[in-house]
Parts: sequence; structure tokens; C-alpha cells
Amino acid sequence: MSDAHAPLVEASATRTVPDAPLNPVIEAVDLNIYYGSFHAVYDVNLAYGKNEITAMIGPSGCGKSTVLRCLNRMNDLVASARVEGTVTYHGINIYDPKVDPIEVRRHIGMVFQKPNPFPKSIYDNVAYGPKVTGMKLESSLDEHVEWCLRKAALWDEVKDKLKESAFSLSGGQQQRLCIARAIATKPDVILMDEPCSALDPIATAAVEDLMVELRNDYTIIIVTHNMQQAARVSDRTAFFTARPDETTGNRTGLLVEFDKTTTIFSNPSDQRTEDYISGRFG
Amino acid sequence: MRTAAHNRNAVNAAREITLAQLDGSQRQGRWKGPAFEAVLLTAIFVAILTLLAVILWALTAGWERLDLNLLRNMPSGMASRLGESGMQSAIIGTFYVMVGLIVTVVPLGVSAAIYLEEFADHDTWYVRIIEINLRNLAAVPSIVFGILGLAFFYRGGLSLGSVVYTGSLTLTMLVLPTVIVTAREAIRAVPPSIRHASMGMGATKWRTIWHQVLPSSIPGIVTGTILALSRAIGEAAPLIMIGAATFVGWNPDGPFEGSFTVLPVQIFFWSAQANTDFHILAAAGVIVLLGMLLMMNSFAIWLRNRFTREW
Ligand SMILES: Nc1ncnc2c1ncn2[C@@H]1O[C@H](COP(=O)(O)OP(=O)(O)OP(=O)(O)O)[C@@H](O)[C@H]1O
Ligand SMILES: [Mg+2]
Repeated sequence: MSDAHAPLVEASATRTVPDAPLNPVIEAVDLNIYYGSFHAVYDVNLAYGKNEITAMIGPSGCGKSTVLRCLNRMNDLVASARVEGTVTYHGINIYDPKVDPIEVRRHIGMVFQKPNPFPKSIYDNVAYGPKVTGMKLESSLDEHVEWCLRKAALWDEVKDKLKESAFSLSGGQQQRLCIARAIATKPDVILMDEPCSALDPIATAAVEDLMVELRNDYTIIIVTHNMQQAARVSDRTAFFTARPDETTGNRTGLLVEFDKTTTIFSNPSDQRTEDYISGRFG
Repeated sequence: MRTAAHNRNAVNAAREITLAQLDGSQRQGRWKGPAFEAVLLTAIFVAILTLLAVILWALTAGWERLDLNLLRNMPSGMASRLGESGMQSAIIGTFYVMVGLIVTVVPLGVSAAIYLEEFADHDTWYVRIIEINLRNLAAVPSIVFGILGLAFFYRGGLSLGSVVYTGSLTLTMLVLPTVIVTAREAIRAVPPSIRHASMGMGATKWRTIWHQVLPSSIPGIVTGTILALSRAIGEAAPLIMIGAATFVGWNPDGPFEGSFTVLPVQIFFWSAQANTDFHILAAAGVIVLLGMLLMMNSFAIWLRNRFTREW
């Protein structure tokens, strides 16, 4: 592990990334997140650049998924969750009472850790979003479904069995189907919570290639436990950790360091980051 | 007691079916424990044996009168005409009452289940009262619902009189808890990941329920409904309370007019007659009742399979 990350950094170093996100699509400002009285995430400030892949890494329980879910208001589905601070999307605070969370999620899509296709056909999985959100499509629905499946690099594998159950696909194919389903509503940001953790290395490679490919059109934010993956695909990396509260002992998550992926992996400025990526953590 | 067990079976069946539909691959081998299998087989054996005994008894006892007259003719109280006496009014009455029951209890029960599972805040006092009531309602003897029907549907609030729909409403009260509890279980068995996927792409809660949650839980809901209807079709006591007559010489005119009777009430009165010739009719009636039950359940199973295969 300790010397494994050195060559990997070069992979993403081939792309030049500005020092700070030039035109952030999403910005979290003084974001504090609570579950009931438990302070889960403390004071996060992060900017996610347009057409960049931002990775969020850190030990288990440090609040990566919590932060991710707050970016498209999926945390609203957790009754006890409470958010303080702001999250802006193109300058609009998505926690403004006037903002409809449903509308937010149409612009900021999500792919989950475990592939979760609907118990429907492959075709219906992709067609579902445009149908239920009442999208106006420029092309026919059939063409749109094909477009999404091509984008997700799945078309050739499924074009002859679009009417078959989505469960007939392999895990990796299901995850790419979920990505196709997520882009079907034409979001401009895609959130991915450990999208490859249930996949084998080959399927993982396919999904990673896809992310890099999709970066041209979308802004991608990914949570991962796989540091090689973060190094391989992301432009920027945010490292989180958890700190026990002096009085309660609860572990509150916080952002330690946010920088270009090359910097984080070769020359981190915080000792905790260095310990974590070199496998000396905890 | 009986109804509590009945509900528990219904709940388990609903959960199993929803889970099985959503993921056939997760079955574990633990069912294969030979001892457990033996117990299950014995239970099934006893149940089937009992059923066979009832059918056999009814067939032999009612054989003489299992003819077309039974279906074609109206019941007659006169001993001299027993050979031609039928039970058409009871068959039609049962059919009407069941249809009225289905169109009432399914929308009510499923809506209540959706509310309780998807919307209700379980910390509020009124939701807690509803929960407690639901659990206890399932154990209330059916005659109590008969009295309720008499007070509120026959007389009182609705004042419908002794008509088919009064019977449907009374039986609705009786089996509503079963339908609600099984529908809730079926809804709950739909994995949260499916709801999250749907909500995550900007579908509203209603559309998520309508397009994802309900279709996945229909098989479970239908199973619960079958069990509820199977219970309702055999009930005599509450319908006697609301005035289901016997020896009705005509079919009900519609859901809201004309007196009516149903098979169990007719069978009950026949078997209570001193003249043993009536008992032959009662046995034949049992066969007809079982036949109707079988037809109803076959239809429901067909419906369930249709939805299970849809995607
Ligand atoms: N729905 C919830 N209700 C209450 N507490 C929660 C909930 N979800 C997460 N938490 C708590 O918030 C903290 C952060 O959890 P989160 O899932 O965001 O961590 P994570 O960084 O994604 O961890 P992992 O890498 O294991 O996925 C944890 O202490 C967790 O127990
Ligand atoms: Mg997580």
C-alpha cells in the first residue's frame, strides 16, 4: 500500500487541472449536518468544479455519504437529518425554502453504492425518469434510451434484450444501467456513492472509464474507499476524517484537506492526510 | 385467537411473496433442515386431510341434491318441494356481497396501508391509537361487527336497510384490518433502495409510490386480499345480524335494494331445520360454497401471477 500510490498519481497527472475550481457548479459553505442531536459533519467548505471529477475520501463514518446526500437534498428523506449553512447550485441556495427538492434532484442525479435497478425491463429502467418527470425530449423516447445506454457504454451489451428484466444483467452491467438511468433525466451533476464497491476489478475499470468519459459533459462527485480509484479518476480530492467530541465522545466528521488530486497524493499539506493515504491511518 | 393467527399467516405470506418477487436469488438453504421440513409436511398433511374430510362428507351427504336445480331454483321452505329446492338467491347474493366487499375493502385497505407506511408520523398520538386499534380489531369476534353494521349501516348513520351493500360494508369492517396489515407488510417489503433510486432522479413521492412501490407490492396485497375474502365468504353471524333473510324467493335487485341472503346463512338455516331432508341441501350448499371460494381464489391467483410476471 505504502508505495502503491506513487505510480498511480501519474495517471491523473496527465490532465492539467487549475489550482482552484474555476467555475464551481456546487459550493458548500459552512455546512453543518446533524442527525437529531448528533453533530455528524462539522463546518464543511467545498467547491465542486464544472466538468471535473471530485473524489471524497476518508475513513468510515466520517460523513462522506452524509455530505454527498446533502448536495441533492436526498438527506431530506432521513427524518432526523438537519442541515445548517448553505449549498449553492449555480449560485442558488438549494436549502432556500422556496426551492423544490424534487427539482434539485432532477438537476443533480445520483448513483448508489449497491446497484439498484427497478424491477422492470432494461428499457423501462432508463425510460422511467423522463416519463415520471414529464421531460420534454428532443428525440423519441426510444432514441433517448439508446443515447443514454450508449453514454453508459452499455448499448452493445443490451441492445438485443431491452425488454428483459434488469436483474438479468451482471452487477457491473446493472451499475452502468443505473448510470444510464441517472443521466436519462439530463442532470448536469452526478453524485456517486462508492459506485464500484460491489463490483469486480473488470467491472470497476469499465465504470471508471465511463466516469472519465462522462466528465466531458457532466460534473461528477464520487465517494470512494478505494484510493487508487480516487487517484486514477479524480481531478480533485477532498479528505475527511472524524474527530471525537470532547464532551460526548461522538465522532464528528470534518474536512481536513481539499486540493488537486496530484497534490493530495504526492504532497499533502496535512499530516493526517499523509497518514491516511500512505495507509498509516488508525 | 383464530383471527390473530390468520393475520399472522397473511402477513408472512405477503412479506415472502414481495421479497421473492424482488429477488429470487437470496433464498438460503436453511429451509432445508430435515426436521423442520418434516414439521412443515405434517402441518400441510393435517390441513389437507381436514379439508378432504369436509369435502368428502359434504359430497356424500349432499350427493342427492347436487344437480342443476340447486343452482337454478330458489329456496323453498315447503318440505313437499324439497326435491326441487335450490339456492340461486344465495349464490347471487354471495356474489354481489363479495363484489361490494372487494370494491370497498381494497381501496380503503390499500390507502390506509400507504398512509401508515409512507406518510404517517409514528410519534403522534393519533397514529399510535390507530396502530393499537388495528392490532386489536383483528381479534374482535365477527358478531360484534354484525352489531356495528346493524347500528350504523342498517339503521343509524347510513340507514341502508337490509340490502346487499349493508352486508358488504359489515364484512368490510370485519376484514379491513387483515387487508391493511398485509398490504402494509407488502409495502414495507419493497426495499428502500428502490424508493431512493426513484426519488433520487427527481420523481415525486406520489409517483414513486404509484410507479414503484405499489406495482412491487401488488402480489402481496392480492394474497392478503384472498385470505380476507376467503374468511368473509364463509361468515354467517354478522350477516344474520343485519338481516340477511333465509328462504328468499328472489335475487337482490341491486346493491341498495331488495332483501338478500348469502350461502352460509342459507346453509345455516337449512341445517337448523328439524326435517333431515334439509340437511342434504345444506351439504350440497357447502360444496357450492367451496366451489365459489375456489373460483374466487383462482381468479385472484391468476391476477397475482399476471402482475408478478409483468416486467
Ligand atoms: N440516517 C442516519 N441516521 C442517523 N445517523 C446517521 C445516519 N446516516 C449516517 N449517520 C451517522 O453519521 C455519521 C456519518 O455517516 P456516513 O454514512 O455519512 O459516513 P461515511 O463517511 O459515508 O462512512 P462509510 O465510508 O462507512 O460509508 C456516522 O456516524 C453515522 O452513524
Ligand atoms: Mg458512505
